Amino acid sequence: MKNKLRHTIDSLKNDLRYSSNLKKFVPAVNAFDTFLFVPNVVTKSGAHIRDAVDLKRTMITVIISLVPALLFGMWNTGFQHYSQLGESVSLFESFGFGFTRIFPMIAVSYAVGLAIEFGFAIYRGHEVNEGYLVTGLLIPMIMPVDIPLWMVGVSVAFAVIIAKEAFGGTGMNILNPALTARAFAFFAYPTYMSGDKVWVADASTIDAISGETILGTLAANNPSIQYSWWDMFVGVVPGSIAETSTLMALIGAFILIFAGVGSWRIMLGCLIGGAFTGLIFNLLGVNALMSFPFYLHLVVGGFAFGVVFMATDPVSAAQTTKGKWIYGVLVGIFCILIRVFNPAYPEGVMLAILLMNVFAPTIDHYVVSANIRKRKRRWQLAKANG
Amino acid sequence: MNKKPYVFFITKNLKPKSLLSSADRKLLVDPLDDDNPITVQVLGICSALAITVQLRPAVVMAISVVGVMAASNVIISIFRNLIPSRIRIIVQLVVVATMVILVDQILRAFAYDVSKELSIFIGLIITNCIVMGRLEAFALGNGVWRSFLDGVGNALGYGLILIMVAFFRELFGSGNLMGVQVIPDSIYILGYENNGFMLFSPMALITVGIIIWVQRSRNRKLVEEY
Repeated sequence: MKNKLRHTIDSLKNDLRYSSNLKKFVPAVNAFDTFLFVPNVVTKSGAHIRDAVDLKRTMITVIISLVPALLFGMWNTGFQHYSQLGESVSLFESFGFGFTRIFPMIAVSYAVGLAIEFGFAIYRGHEVNEGYLVTGLLIPMIMPVDIPLWMVGVSVAFAVIIAKEAFGGTGMNILNPALTARAFAFFAYPTYMSGDKVWVADASTIDAISGETILGTLAANNPSIQYSWWDMFVGVVPGSIAETSTLMALIGAFILIFAGVGSWRIMLGCLIGGAFTGLIFNLLGVNALMSFPFYLHLVVGGFAFGVVFMATDPVSAAQTTKGKWIYGVLVGIFCILIRVFNPAYPEGVMLAILLMNVFAPTIDHYVVSANIRKRKRRWQLAKANG
Repeated sequence: MNKKPYVFFITKNLKPKSLLSSADRKLLVDPLDDDNPITVQVLGICSALAITVQLRPAVVMAISVVGVMAASNVIISIFRNLIPSRIRIIVQLVVVATMVILVDQILRAFAYDVSKELSIFIGLIITNCIVMGRLEAFALGNGVWRSFLDGVGNALGYGLILIMVAFFRELFGSGNLMGVQVIPDSIYILGYENNGFMLFSPMALITVGIIIWVQRSRNRKLVEEY
């Protein structure tokens, strides 16, 4: 079976390579080939680092780290739906409900996104990159469960075309594509992306269900939260599909840090920045959002999920070591600032990360030029002394 | 009796010597694509953001800019040898401001509804960089007829992009064109929603960006070497 498949792909590739007008489809076939088999291409010349990690393995690591949050999100979708209706159902039934809602979103996201990626690869004559495998999974995970599928498709198309391909494809984007998709949907279809009727499945059609998020409740200046700290940490609260669970995000964070894929400096920086800003607002304590304890700010909403999986995106984040600290702390600060100061946007982590994505190159620039100045001064001092 | 056929305008002799020489034609046609004020010179972006939410204001704006630019280019070109170069900017401003006020008054007299909607933006034509740019770069150094063509051409190039952006923004943002609903109710019943992002000005920039992208991939000579 395997050999037969190998043979089929090889003969298809050969046929394409020597045909003048079908040549442009070679990248598309290559993408499937490397998806199915370990590529046999090795670097032949020049200095290079011997390492088993390539883009595909990095991306698969991120996907593995996303799986706990995704599975939990599927269960939580079902659990929120049934518990609001007053029904108690088994774990599998909840999960099954969530799966039937979320799987179509993932399928649409991959279908639309990969179709555009393949189209651009064929048109521009380069290989298909694996970057979209992560983006395509992230996009449904940060959407409300009730969003219509075509809106997912439109947001994906916008993110892939405008945020990624317009800048030159994988590795060249300024903004995180998954967050761009969410921001697009957020501004384009606000009634489906915010408010108190979108976070639990069928909330808009069944009166018994009302699914206000914790931050939404606070933004309405209502300080009575019915969820315990433990609920918020584990994520048994309404929210976007996979963002609610801080615990699952932490598991993902450990996988990412252990594999060396995600930057712990950015994550820790975000935590410090967020906690610090939350603490200052606690001291002021003017309204419900300001007096919301700072340690709870870090476990509600999409803070943990965004910090672990979005802020650490190696393409759009800062690259220098010092820059990563600055970038991380600023993401934390801006996240809480936007939450507290703008009641129209109860969740600030999306806009905070997008804002800092824009500034990441500037941060890196100043870190690098500061380093150059420092070494120049040291050199001049050494010259003067000796 | 002379039995010559009565053909006044199109005769064999006149055809190659048409109304516009090829150099004049270039003045009129170049700003539409190769030298477009918005997508190539990147001027007049501000009004492309401000008045492209709907198609009707964009069309009125485009027509007004054609009038203002043609008239002020002609006037500056007539006086180009009399204007002392030290105060030329002030003179240009006076001329443009006069033309803008004229357009505003005409709109108020003949299209009051549109004028109420647009009168702030009509006033802002004075600050439209394209107008001053063409006066400085062209009308001060060229004859009346050529300046007229240049003004009309650039204003048309500006208006073309304005109308394209407004077309997409009104169509996807509110489902209308020229204030008339064009997306049928049956599609809304199927679950279609207007894209609220289209009503925000960032989307005008993104639309202009996409137009530039399409234009450059079609017209390779606009792509810089680097």
